[in-house]
Amino acid sequence: MSSKLTRSNRAGWLFALPGFSLLFLFIIVPFFFAFYLSLTNQRLVSPNPTEFVGLENYSNLLSLAVVTLEPERDEAGEIVRDEDGEIAYPRVRSITRSDDYPQYRGMGEWFRWHWGDDAKVVIASDVLFMKALVNTLAFALFIVPLQGGGALLLALLINQKLRGINAFRTIYFLPVVISIVVISLLWRFIYSGNDGLLNNILEALTFGAFTPIDWLGRTDTALGSIIVMSAWQGMGFHMVIWLAGLQSIPGTLYEAAAIEGASKWQTFRYVTWPGLRNTAVLVLIVITMQSFAVFAQVDVMTNGGPLDATQTLVFQTVERGYGKQDISGGATISVILFLMVLSISAVQGYLTRERR
Amino acid sequence: MKPTKTLLGALAASTMLAGAAAAQTELTMWYHGAGNEVESRVLNTIIEDFNAGQSDWTVSVESFPQQSYNDSVVAAALAGNLPCILDIDGPVMPNWAWAGYLQPLPISEEAIDGHLESTIGRWNGEIYSVGLWDAAVALYTRQSTLDELGLRTPTLEEPWSKDEFMAALEAAKASGEYDYALDLGTAWTGEWYPYAYSPFLQSFGGDIVDRSSYTTAEGALNSDAALEFGEWWQSLFEEGYAPGTSQDPADRDNGFNEGRYAFSWNGNWAAAATLEAGVDDVVFLPAPDLGNGPIIGAGSWQFGVSSECAHPEGAAAFVEHALQDEYLAAFSDGIGLIPATREAAQMTENYADGGKLAVFFDLSSEQSLVRPVTPGYVVAAKVFEKALADIANGADVADTLDAAVDEIDRDIEANQGYGH
Repeated sequence: MSSKLTRSNRAGWLFALPGFSLLFLFIIVPFFFAFYLSLTNQRLVSPNPTEFVGLENYSNLLSLAVVTLEPERDEAGEIVRDEDGEIAYPRVRSITRSDDYPQYRGMGEWFRWHWGDDAKVVIASDVLFMKALVNTLAFALFIVPLQGGGALLLALLINQKLRGINAFRTIYFLPVVISIVVISLLWRFIYSGNDGLLNNILEALTFGAFTPIDWLGRTDTALGSIIVMSAWQGMGFHMVIWLAGLQSIPGTLYEAAAIEGASKWQTFRYVTWPGLRNTAVLVLIVITMQSFAVFAQVDVMTNGGPLDATQTLVFQTVERGYGKQDISGGATISVILFLMVLSISAVQGYLTRERR
Repeated sequence: MKPTKTLLGALAASTMLAGAAAAQTELTMWYHGAGNEVESRVLNTIIEDFNAGQSDWTVSVESFPQQSYNDSVVAAALAGNLPCILDIDGPVMPNWAWAGYLQPLPISEEAIDGHLESTIGRWNGEIYSVGLWDAAVALYTRQSTLDELGLRTPTLEEPWSKDEFMAALEAAKASGEYDYALDLGTAWTGEWYPYAYSPFLQSFGGDIVDRSSYTTAEGALNSDAALEFGEWWQSLFEEGYAPGTSQDPADRDNGFNEGRYAFSWNGNWAAAATLEAGVDDVVFLPAPDLGNGPIIGAGSWQFGVSSECAHPEGAAAFVEHALQDEYLAAFSDGIGLIPATREAAQMTENYADGGKLAVFFDLSSEQSLVRPVTPGYVVAAKVFEKALADIANGADVADTLDAAVDEIDRDIEANQGYGH
């Protein structure tokens, strides 16, 4: 391998040089720089000198603990209940701000569950980061089948010899070349709670039985809305990749299948899908990696809200680094994100490897 | 030989010209208003008058779009490329002064005599920036709305109390004629939140940070008054008086003008559009008194001198020149801002006595309170914005405000107290 790359290949390296140096300057150097910054307390705007703080930024992001809250009891030892009969617990802050528990100082509640009369509360040093992490994973989990599957469907549709098929190809590809910011603004109108297009369509289809939903304003629909819109936006790109895969499958295989009397489904299952194997691996990994970088949609459409339902890791990186002038905090998130994407891609690569 | 002589002559002549130009020292200046033709024209007039009016300095301006202006300044400061004269957003000034981007503005007290206090940026006992204008927020409504709902017209001397304000919202809601009683402008994310809504908090008796020390938010943002504010803020959305954080920006721009909102909490800059939209009986009501006096936000764009400027006296001369009433009036007429002095206000079309927007000048001088004057404001403002959005969306008030206090305090600590 190495000999092939180094031996008598000067021209090749020369041609690669501009690309390599740009990648080095704008991808590799900033990455190591981010890694270095994540070990310091660097601020965006500050007269204070930068100090080396070791792994403090990481522990500030990742620390988790479980505390047990015992119900409040009155003088007779009876559990205090509010009007609805719910058990009253002391506030988590009575622990996280108490001098008795210096190890929990500054942490906040992430979520809780009940264990008998007690409440178990998971506290995190950075609740926002944890919520962003979960949202980002959910985003990736849902968008991979949605975008990849949708793109395959589109590719199958346009892989036909029909008149004017190029027009459809162009139309399906269009969202990819439009700026994501413009698309986000348009979809904000579509999702609008009052008289948005989506609500209007649903109302018309159900003859008015459907009550309008404020899609981006509700915690249970906001992330889903962004997932659907993002899947739609990127579909065209992966459609082209699928199409390339489809067209590389020899026509003779289809002819043979037709002669054998295979149904449409059987043709897809035993001819098309095996032929798309490598394409599928590529699409899977590319969508996964892209989905972890979700930012612009959130920034334009919801600003991370409502109630952190759409916080994502990259959004938090930018919010901290530039908004809150905490460059080292932002750098730490991006290093963690890098390690996550790297390991997930490695696992995907391993699981989808060719077994011989 | 003749051609040579001509050449020499030309050379000599051009050298002399260059020499004459060099007698004026160049001062570079950055401005946030790129893309606004009227604004640029007014500014260029001021600069041309200044350059022609004296022989020591010549100012050259470069304009940036507002969205990327602050980023450009921060980048330039890191690279050591700051211009001499900087245009600064009022609440950001202490942050930049603390970071060493700015030096005090050596301006004479006479030059700022009679200026609205909120147009003068002070930090650590020194003047760092001076503005030509301010902005103010009022409660927009129609006279016909007040009449139909049978509401008293509040005045500066006697603003609505909290009960009157809530009764007005209830009346508007009960009338069934509006989508929402009150348009707070939640669609405008960013600095609008602390600028427009922290005065409500202050009117309750709380604040974003403790202004006596500026080293903590404890006891200010989570005080009893602040909790009361939080409950009230949440009720505005829970009771359906105001559209939530997912408000469509188009509704924010047109909703009141189209009669879909009874009241709108909006700035003087939006008044021109409202008048143009044909809302002839629009009235601009003062902020309600929620217990601790009626308060609106203050502080707009101002001029200051960067720390890299070798000639602060030249920059000060330019700023003093720009502060003349005729220019304040020209800016006001051009882009609708509130001129910094009463004299200038009289020279304008809208802010002179009897003008359509005259009330805004009084609001600015009577009700305004600048946002916390501390380098930490930039971060505290972000935390405040998120806390308010979360409370509007139903988060627990006490927990949210406590968490916000923790975050602000952590940031102050990480910055070693921001020099307070």
